[in-house]
Amino acid sequence: MQELLNEFSNSKLSRKLLDKVKESAESFIREHGRRPIFMEVCGSHTMALAETGVKKALKESVQLISGPGCPVCVTDQKSIDAMIKLAEGENRIICTFGDMMRVPGTECSLLEAKTDGKDIRIVYSPPDAVKIAEENPDKEVIFLGIGFETTIPVLAVALKNAVNRNVKNFSMWMTTKLVEPILRTLLESKEVNIDGFILPGHVSIVLGKNSYRYLVDEYQIPGVITGFEPVELLAGIYKLIGQLLDDRAEIENAYSFVVTDEGNKAAQSLIEEYFEPVDVAWRGIGVIPKSGMDLKRKFAGLNAKHRFAITVGEPRKTKCRCGEIIKGLISPEECPLFSKACTPLTPIGPCMVSAEGTCSAHYQYLRED
Amino acid sequence: MKDKRISLAHGDGGELAHKLIQDVFVEAFGHNEYARLDAAVFSAPSSQMAVTTDSFVIKPIFFPGGNIGKLAIAGTVNDLAVSGMIPYYLTAGFIIEEGFKVQELKEIVHSMAMEAKNANVRIVAGDTKVVERGSIDGIYINTTGIGFVHPIHAIQPELMEEGDSIIVNGTIGDHGIAILAARGELGIKTNLQSDCAALNGLITSVLDSVDGVRIMRDPTRGGLATTLVEIAEDFHVSMEIEDEKLPIRNEVRGACDILGFDPLYLANEGKVIFIVKKEQEEQVLEILKQHELGQNAKVIGRITGKDKRAVHLKTGLGSIRKLNRLSGMMLPRIC
Repeated sequence: MQELLNEFSNSKLSRKLLDKVKESAESFIREHGRRPIFMEVCGSHTMALAETGVKKALKESVQLISGPGCPVCVTDQKSIDAMIKLAEGENRIICTFGDMMRVPGTECSLLEAKTDGKDIRIVYSPPDAVKIAEENPDKEVIFLGIGFETTIPVLAVALKNAVNRNVKNFSMWMTTKLVEPILRTLLESKEVNIDGFILPGHVSIVLGKNSYRYLVDEYQIPGVITGFEPVELLAGIYKLIGQLLDDRAEIENAYSFVVTDEGNKAAQSLIEEYFEPVDVAWRGIGVIPKSGMDLKRKFAGLNAKHRFAITVGEPRKTKCRCGEIIKGLISPEECPLFSKACTPLTPIGPCMVSAEGTCSAHYQYLRED
Repeated sequence: MKDKRISLAHGDGGELAHKLIQDVFVEAFGHNEYARLDAAVFSAPSSQMAVTTDSFVIKPIFFPGGNIGKLAIAGTVNDLAVSGMIPYYLTAGFIIEEGFKVQELKEIVHSMAMEAKNANVRIVAGDTKVVERGSIDGIYINTTGIGFVHPIHAIQPELMEEGDSIIVNGTIGDHGIAILAARGELGIKTNLQSDCAALNGLITSVLDSVDGVRIMRDPTRGGLATTLVEIAEDFHVSMEIEDEKLPIRNEVRGACDILGFDPLYLANEGKVIFIVKKEQEEQVLEILKQHELGQNAKVIGRITGKDKRAVHLKTGLGSIRKLNRLSGMMLPRIC
């Protein structure tokens, strides 16, 4: 498998492809007097485009803007504060993905709460949290469920394990998000001009290529599903420019060795079994109807929001512009805090903390100073 | 029969403590000749000497390719060796949790003795404390090392200049991924071994015959990138390394892809970066490749100037990006 992936990062191939992308971008620029604008929806794409140098290499040819695909970054401040508050209760073990640890809350971060003696553990897989609950029957174990459609099925597996093994002291605090509602919101707000979408690789494994039909049918916007290696990223961008030059709008699959038309049916039915769409608030955007998932009523016993009464005040106002960054309206360098007051060690907003955050990608890979 | 375990009485300075020292430590380290006074007395081969100290808290204590004991010897030996010193003497301090298995302690101490023998250093003093169950996680070891300056060639970091070659003695990131996998929390299985090894033999063989080694560093915590950034900042140089030239095992790349780590920031425990005069590049590579620990040695980049104090990475696509220190990555205890 790694040999195959090495082919996709093969530099001879990617340099050739880079030239072809530049060439076709030139044709677009000649025709339209500007660069084509593509949004990468997925946070892992944001990171990969920065890390591999694709974004820099295409600076003059293609405008790549980062979208709302980092699950931690799109979580609104009130939810973050609520999760940290949850951790402050007695006799609890909070399990979370590592990304959440440094996310700044109004009062403190989970990492600071841990330093103060709260039992907060990083798990790499949600079902591990159920095991922790079984090993600690006298404590309440709460998993912080964050993520898009890629993660939601794994959260369902954890719930399934808890139900099957009758683990009474396990619950989940959900702030998951869905891709379709946010893409629709972005397109309808017309705040950003987007010529095409680089569609997420991992999410598409679950959803399948056909799930993006609305982009073409309702908005006439092309999209290409692609992987994360330089050759794959460039191939995706090349296909997008190709569609623009031919005046086509289609959903193409450049990641077909893992993404099918219909997606992963087993994962989809797991999602349906345990979760239902709910209205959720997005950072800097506000509440979007049916844009997240929470536990179905019949699993309310496993829902930490039902089990624990958490109230938080209005979040502290900062100059953080994460909200505009996740909508693709500004790039991190335009935020006055970027790399000055806000760094990975002293983050002010979640985009600087998450391994998929746009600010973090820019800080780590695109900074010049 | 129940396993023999360390009790608080093993640390009280009395009969049991004496027996533990004799049976476990003196037996393995053979340092009786130094152990009769409260301090070890030794002779110095030259007047220019160096001292370094390091504490080891790695989890898990036993990992593929070594254990905390081997690491405690290799780590301190390497800190001396990369400073251009020949390591001679070590001390070892143990803090052990009540209930630790005596058999495991023996195994750790045996590895230390083996690694010390390989590295040709003597363990001349030591200390053992036992703390209540739950106060620490198994065993922690501190080692202090004393070395004397290499008699033939010294390192000369102030002579670093444009064109100097940056060489690494083998694949990077092996230790980081081996440890993360061994902790069993990631759900990944690999056949990777930690590269944990004393490097003084390899380094001495270079210094014996090469005049033109500017600086050496071992890229442990923070990985290759952080170590290079430190050199750039400490000595006011800029450098460029090439992604395609970095020796990285497929298993490490694969694990990094899955887990979202960057191999440039993963810890190594048996790697050394040499920055050498360009004219000596071939000679150094040749010497390294003759050594067991330098088979995969490669030139990975060059010093590019003395103005910017920055490290740049040239990606496979030909674009250049700046490398920064490790910042904010959530990594568990790895050394």
